[in-house]
Amino acid sequence: MTSLYDEVSPAPAADVPTKRVTINVNGEARTVDVEPRLLLAHLLRQGLKLTGTHTGCDTTSCGTCTVLFDGRPVKSCTMLAVQADGHEVETVEGMSSASELHPVQEGFKQEHGLQCGYCTPGMMLAAKALLERNPDPTEDEVRWALSGNLCRCTGYQNIVKSVLWAAQKMRGQNPEA
Amino acid sequence: MAPLDELKIGGMGASRRRVEDNRFIRGKGRYVDDIVLPGMLHMEVLRSPVAHARIKSIDTSAAWEIPGVRLVLTGETMAARNLAWMPTLSYDTQAVLATDKVRFQGQEVAAVVADDPYIAKDACSKIVVEYEQLPPIVNPVQAQAPDAPLIRDDKENQPTNKIFDWEIGDKAATDRAFAEADVISKTELHYPRSHPSPLEPCGSIADYDRATGKLTVYMTTQAPHIIRAAVAMVAELPEHMIRIVSPDLGGGFGNKVPIYPGYVVSILASILTERPVKWIEDKSGNLISTGFGRDVYLQGEIAMRKDGKILGMRMHTISDHGAFYADAQPTKFKIGLMHSAFACYDIPAAHLTSEGWYTNKAPGGVAYRCSFRVTEAMFFQERMIHNAANDLGMDQAEFRRVNLVKDDMFPYRTAFGFLTDSGQYKKCLDIGLEAIGYQNFKAEQEEARKRGKLLGIGISTMTEPLGAGNSREYDIIGIKMFDSAELRVHMTGKAILRTGAKTQGQGHETTWAQIVAHELGIPADDIVVEEGDTDTAPFGMGTYASRSTPVAGAAVAMVSRKIRAKARKIAAHLLEVSEEDIEWELGRFYVRGNPERGVTIQDCALAAYSNVPDGMEPGLENNAYYDPPNLTWPFAAYICKVEVDPATGVWDVLKFVAVDDCGVRINPMVVEGQIMGGLTEAYAMANMQYITFDEEGNCIGANYMDYLLPTAWETPGFELHEVVTPCPHHPIGAKGIGECATVGGPAAFVNAVINAIEHTGVRNVDMPLMPNRVYEALKTGSDISGMPPVRVD
Ligand code: FES
Ligand code: FES
Repeated sequence: MTSLYDEVSPAPAADVPTKRVTINVNGEARTVDVEPRLLLAHLLRQGLKLTGTHTGCDTTSCGTCTVLFDGRPVKSCTMLAVQADGHEVETVEGMSSASELHPVQEGFKQEHGLQCGYCTPGMMLAAKALLERNPDPTEDEVRWALSGNLCRCTGYQNIVKSVLWAAQKMRGQNPEA
Repeated sequence: MAPLDELKIGGMGASRRRVEDNRFIRGKGRYVDDIVLPGMLHMEVLRSPVAHARIKSIDTSAAWEIPGVRLVLTGETMAARNLAWMPTLSYDTQAVLATDKVRFQGQEVAAVVADDPYIAKDACSKIVVEYEQLPPIVNPVQAQAPDAPLIRDDKENQPTNKIFDWEIGDKAATDRAFAEADVISKTELHYPRSHPSPLEPCGSIADYDRATGKLTVYMTTQAPHIIRAAVAMVAELPEHMIRIVSPDLGGGFGNKVPIYPGYVVSILASILTERPVKWIEDKSGNLISTGFGRDVYLQGEIAMRKDGKILGMRMHTISDHGAFYADAQPTKFKIGLMHSAFACYDIPAAHLTSEGWYTNKAPGGVAYRCSFRVTEAMFFQERMIHNAANDLGMDQAEFRRVNLVKDDMFPYRTAFGFLTDSGQYKKCLDIGLEAIGYQNFKAEQEEARKRGKLLGIGISTMTEPLGAGNSREYDIIGIKMFDSAELRVHMTGKAILRTGAKTQGQGHETTWAQIVAHELGIPADDIVVEEGDTDTAPFGMGTYASRSTPVAGAAVAMVSRKIRAKARKIAAHLLEVSEEDIEWELGRFYVRGNPERGVTIQDCALAAYSNVPDGMEPGLENNAYYDPPNLTWPFAAYICKVEVDPATGVWDVLKFVAVDDCGVRINPMVVEGQIMGGLTEAYAMANMQYITFDEEGNCIGANYMDYLLPTAWETPGFELHEVVTPCPHHPIGAKGIGECATVGGPAAFVNAVINAIEHTGVRNVDMPLMPNRVYEALKTGSDISGMPPVRVD
């Protein structure tokens, strides 16, 4: 069991109400006692040590905290951890296995779809969700699907290319051809 | 033996895929907020809700009562340790936690340290501050009114709100040029305040160890060594007991150069609690209190002959610095390198006067993706050029052709004294014009207008000074601007390289290795690059103002050459010939006249640890400090074609062509990434992104709902072209590139929109060119000013 900031206070103070939740994170059931007000993003980052999910704003605007919630992209900074009880959450750490990258991850590297990397996990998860619903998107469809995620570094052009690269690969075509 | 293929080993010119991506795409980057230290506490800062007020009292008792609160700090706590004020990078002072007054909305007033950030936030909300409000000042006109309240009443010898007057150039010669002119063109405008807004906000983890006396600070900084020097001064700790670590940065763009109060408070909090203290700013804290860019007004004039030749130009700038003069810029230049304006044009006489003012706004004046006010300089230049061509009745491209510095004029001394050294300006312009279809544009524009459609083309041509030093001219708070690299080749021929720069997405871990590969023939994959830890990295000035490749990149080449020189001696020893008889090809020494007899650089590395000639020190490592002889001067021609919808004022980019000449490209893929990112920020500033204020001094743009950043949906595509004129003084012929597009881009967008609507008599609409502004300009045929305060009803 993991509590928030367990390096400081292993258990919440006695008068802090907590709720036990079980969330399937990257294919593994995690049971945690959380304060009702704890944001999902903070549970993932601090409680479960999955720091690939970032936070970049206070207004649900930037998308750096994007995770897949039952397969759909959501902004985990705007969801309470208790709302995830009984649901499936996928973070960037769940995208690849030890030996194999997801094609979206490969695409981002191949097409230089990232610079500082801060937006990247959220972008890739939003892209993965798009490709699962629409394996052959147009450039406009990619741009629309990613329009909830900001990037300050790349100018998006290479991000779009990265997603199209991944789409080709997932369709069994050679993206380098 | 077949010579090495440089592209195959990831040398110069290879679009090598980035090594840092391997961790970022797995979510394994290590940003400040990802770091957890044992026993770590969390700090939250309480900010002022008002722009200008006297602090009557601060009551922290309720905050102390919340379980889990370890420390509450106010200006008084800081003052007791002489830390209520700190020096800025422009020889001013800045409040760390306010003691007397608050001088801008968002100013740091108190801080709480607690077991977790939720508790710290709870406790902040329990602090009661009593303010006596004073009239706020939100622009330089208000600041200079005779009855204006004095913002900096804390300072001696500061009777008004003026910070400085500054000038450069030849006034008499410029006056003469204007007296002789056939036509004089005037331009007035405002470059609005903008915020670099990297997605990752600022933050720090201070970890003071009383047992050893050592302070370690993990910090979002682009310039760790400058911070170490500043912390030594402010906190009065010995420099060798301070370790600044800048881990992965989620973007910087100039925002992460200054020293912010939060860093200082977290350091004191760690000293007082003897625990590590983490402070992570929220987004609104970042937007309302940390280094902004721009906020400069221009009055400009160009004197011309009828045939289009520019005889002289004058600029007067009025800059708004907020409550503390905290510009991050070289000491000598009060308004940065504003005087680099017009450097690409052959102009005999020029004069610049500048004045700077305090206002009740956040301090900063950082070089936001900019080499110290160069972004303003080039925007002013290209807006003035656009108006001048129109006033003369001359074609925009032709007017530039007449006045651009010609290829055979280099080295060229500008009227303000800069020395530009290389370029093919006309060629770049012509490539851009061809690509955008300039030839047929006028007819197309006419024809479209008949159908009620408004098309426009905007050109922006510019060269900018990137890569400060040299150290005689350029320093920051007395620290000379040079940079450094340290290379250690291990016995198996693998290597580690460290530099004084600090990557924030530019890809140094990839590209520096390519320079070493180019110089030594060691495959780039065999070289690991480290930056950002002051205990291990050589002293350097950090990464901003596009100085990494021009300065640190040069140091990487130079240290590699030192290594090669030693390896050559070892090679002579191994081959049993004299050093003079040794020849070099990529990755290998051989005996002159007998190319089959040779040793590789890896052979030499092994010998450096196992078989050195008599009298030679073992090992194969060295360092280089590089003080550049001059700045580098990349050139760019950006051309934009837009369509403006007269019914709404909305404009769309139909095509954007960028022709960049940044000299030799180390990694073309990375260079193009920098250009596209920069163009997007240019588009943002031209279109939507700005920070303004209402008349109460409330910051409009304090979060991403108000501070609009373009998404993938509205950002246009860009067509990139390349021209290569190597820099004559840089060891590998490279010039800076990180900021060209942000610097030169905005004028291309704005000139295009103005071009589409100028038939109505409009000369200027201040950025951002939001639909309401463009619509109003079209409807009234008059200019639109963007000076704050704005109406918010
Ligand atoms: S942190 Fe910005 S949308 Fe979640
Ligand atoms: S790569 Fe830096 S924000 Fe997208």
